[in-house]
Amino acid sequence: MPLASLNEYIALAAILFSLGGIGVLIRRSPLTVLMAVELMWNAANLLFVSFARMHGNMDGNVMAFLVITVAAAEVAIGLALIVLLFRKKDHADVDDLHELKN
Amino acid sequence: MNFLFILAGFLALVGALGLLVARQPVHQVLAVLLNFCGLAMLYLGLSSEFMAVIQLIVYAGAVMILFLFVIALLTTRTDPIERKEDRLPWQRVAGISVGGAVLLMLALVGLLRPAGAPSLAALPADFGSVKLFGHELLTTHLLPFELLAFILMVAVVGVVILVGRQKA
Repeated sequence: MPLASLNEYIALAAILFSLGGIGVLIRRSPLTVLMAVELMWNAANLLFVSFARMHGNMDGNVMAFLVITVAAAEVAIGLALIVLLFRKKDHADVDDLHELKN
Repeated sequence: MNFLFILAGFLALVGALGLLVARQPVHQVLAVLLNFCGLAMLYLGLSSEFMAVIQLIVYAGAVMILFLFVIALLTTRTDPIERKEDRLPWQRVAGISVGGAVLLMLALVGLLRPAGAPSLAALPADFGSVKLFGHELLTTHLLPFELLAFILMVAVVGVVILVGRQKA
């Protein structure tokens, strides 16, 4: 038996996605921003798994697995960039990064 | 709505909120771990056992440990990463209102489903099993699987090029 109706899963995923978006917008540490992006990936994953359960086939689960792998690759690249950033600057606040602005 | 759904959803929400309010980077990682554990419980409730295990092993195990390593290596000094003063005034208010607007739109889309839309259906017996998952991944979705291998290789090469070449 499912634990809740599909709408409740969708609502929970929407709340988690919005909280991740708020985290990206209001926090200024690059590590926190990366973690908030992870929350948004996970909200999308919850939707994939919920709809896979609704339709009764595994396509959504496979897609969620692919999303997890791409997120892991993204974290590796993002953390490498953050390491470079911390080496280069003594303040890593995202407001201070304007080298690309001309 | 089941008690287990409320508990798991509560854990996920508390983890997400903890990321927003925590000041210490390690506390933020712990909050995100709480969020991932709640999501793994939700996946179990959706009878996707393999996804729950992958969530715990890959996300909670590998990705967050990577975060912890970077935090332990880089933020040993005592001053916080975020500066005290805001360069962008009203950032907090603007961010929360934009996020609230997104939440409102998504909630409207989720709640206003048409009448007669399908609900959670009866399942085939082997739904969520590793056997069916692997069969789907390696037959129906073979091309995305190969592309994924390529993406992972690009990520590894990119990381080595970015941080590996300094002769420190």
